[in-house]
Amino acid sequence: MEKYRIDQSKGLEFGLYTLGDHLPNPHTGERISAKQRIHEIIDLAKLAEQAGLDFFSVGESHQEYFATQAHSVVLAAIAQATSKIKISSSSTIVSTSDPVRVYEDFATIDLISKGRAEIIAGRASRIGLFDLLGYNVRDYEELFEEKFELLLKISQEEAVNWSGEFRAPLNNARVIPRPQNGSMPIWRAVGGPPASAIKAGNAGVPMMLAALGGPATSFKYSIDAYREAADRSGFDSSTLPVATAGFFYTAETTQQALKESYPHMNKGLELINGQGYPKQQFIQGTDTRNVMNIGSPQQIIEKILYQHELFGHQRYIAQMDFGGVPFELLAKNIELIGTEILPAIKKYTAQK
Amino acid sequence: MKIVGLSSSIVGSKTRTAMDYTCKTITEKYPNVEVTLIDLAEYTVPFSDGRNYLEYEGDVGFVTKTIMEADAIIIGTPIFQASIPATLKNIFDLLPVNAFRDKIVSMLITAGSPKHYLIAEQQLKPILAYMKAQIVQTYVFIEDKDFLRKEIVNDDVLFRIERLVEDTVVLTETFTKIREEKEAMYGF
Repeated sequence: MEKYRIDQSKGLEFGLYTLGDHLPNPHTGERISAKQRIHEIIDLAKLAEQAGLDFFSVGESHQEYFATQAHSVVLAAIAQATSKIKISSSSTIVSTSDPVRVYEDFATIDLISKGRAEIIAGRASRIGLFDLLGYNVRDYEELFEEKFELLLKISQEEAVNWSGEFRAPLNNARVIPRPQNGSMPIWRAVGGPPASAIKAGNAGVPMMLAALGGPATSFKYSIDAYREAADRSGFDSSTLPVATAGFFYTAETTQQALKESYPHMNKGLELINGQGYPKQQFIQGTDTRNVMNIGSPQQIIEKILYQHELFGHQRYIAQMDFGGVPFELLAKNIELIGTEILPAIKKYTAQK
Repeated sequence: MKIVGLSSSIVGSKTRTAMDYTCKTITEKYPNVEVTLIDLAEYTVPFSDGRNYLEYEGDVGFVTKTIMEADAIIIGTPIFQASIPATLKNIFDLLPVNAFRDKIVSMLITAGSPKHYLIAEQQLKPILAYMKAQIVQTYVFIEDKDFLRKEIVNDDVLFRIERLVEDTVVLTETFTKIREEKEAMYGF
């Protein structure tokens, strides 16, 4: 785990992630400027660090209602504005980028942040960027697999010899700068079903599993499949960290949390996916067995500990800013995390 | 209330004829209902390529968005080769998995042979149920002999269309009311 900068004696890591969505506040119908949104994301990272959170990450999406297309640039600003918190992408779409440039950017962010940068590589859940950046969405799977392999190779080897289908060959190429301590963690982002989890396991890379909604037990299949695949491929799964990522919202009471978060989730999904979130399913999100972490601080503590018992994961990252949530509510969430949720989670999950 | 009538084939005229009667019935009996008839023969709709329905532009974008904005959909379809036409299946493929959640869907079938009566029951209803539709269980089945020169000549078919329209509207009103009451109970 040290290779991935995880110290299990400190307990489950708790972080925040943002997709960088840029949506109107459903109560007013108004949308803050892209400038304000980006500054609020940077401020959110600062608040998260002050509250003692372990991790903060920013996603890449190239379409309407998003503001962090240049997510690595935003991360560089966060690197400069913070001093302790780990920073990462969530995710970097390597399929439509040059792995050499991705590595250069993130190694640079690692140097700026003095050893705090990580990459989470994903395949994109929204596919608008394929057209925009000049790729064929029919190559969706191959583009990712080939470029992700190259990214790992660049990370592992100082001089890279490589040839493939989607990029010019590399002959004894030295990709510089190198990260502060010679390497930085590179994770694979995985959606719900086990197929991609198995690929992450086969490659022996850490897995970041999106667990947005539904029973926590159904995500355990993917985590088990990941660890089995890793062990079968000659890796030791006990040295490979697993992270889960999902929706989060807390307030004094569970009812208050539902009331404050629902309009944002519902309207945001309606704008991005064309379908809102049914209330019937949303309310199930408060059940202890549901993977969505919405509720009072006490309810969330119970949920996260239950998930930890099931998953044995090393990091949980929360998405709380989706759908134009006003900054003061985000600040209130962070305060509740820092004062109530985090101390309890750390206390019960620290490995002695 | 928004109702979309879908004439699901680009071949022939019988489904369109029956859908014209259906839409006319809605307009006459329920003047407050907003009706849109989409005849696929009038649009260029390529095969689904897997993207989100919002990302389609032009004809196909209009068709998918109009269907998704409807409260109820009346699907009119012929039967080809003992199944639904590919053009109709393509509409389903263009939409998200839960596309018909909180929507009422009813069916009107035109067919050359009474042997096709159960096709809707066995092939169309399972797709609608998978896509979370509230289905009007009884459908109107119209045979070739009920048409003459783009008109329906069997009064019984006209009565059945009237009942289908009424059932669609009543069920839409009912489910909307039930949903609103249930959502109010959640208190958020």
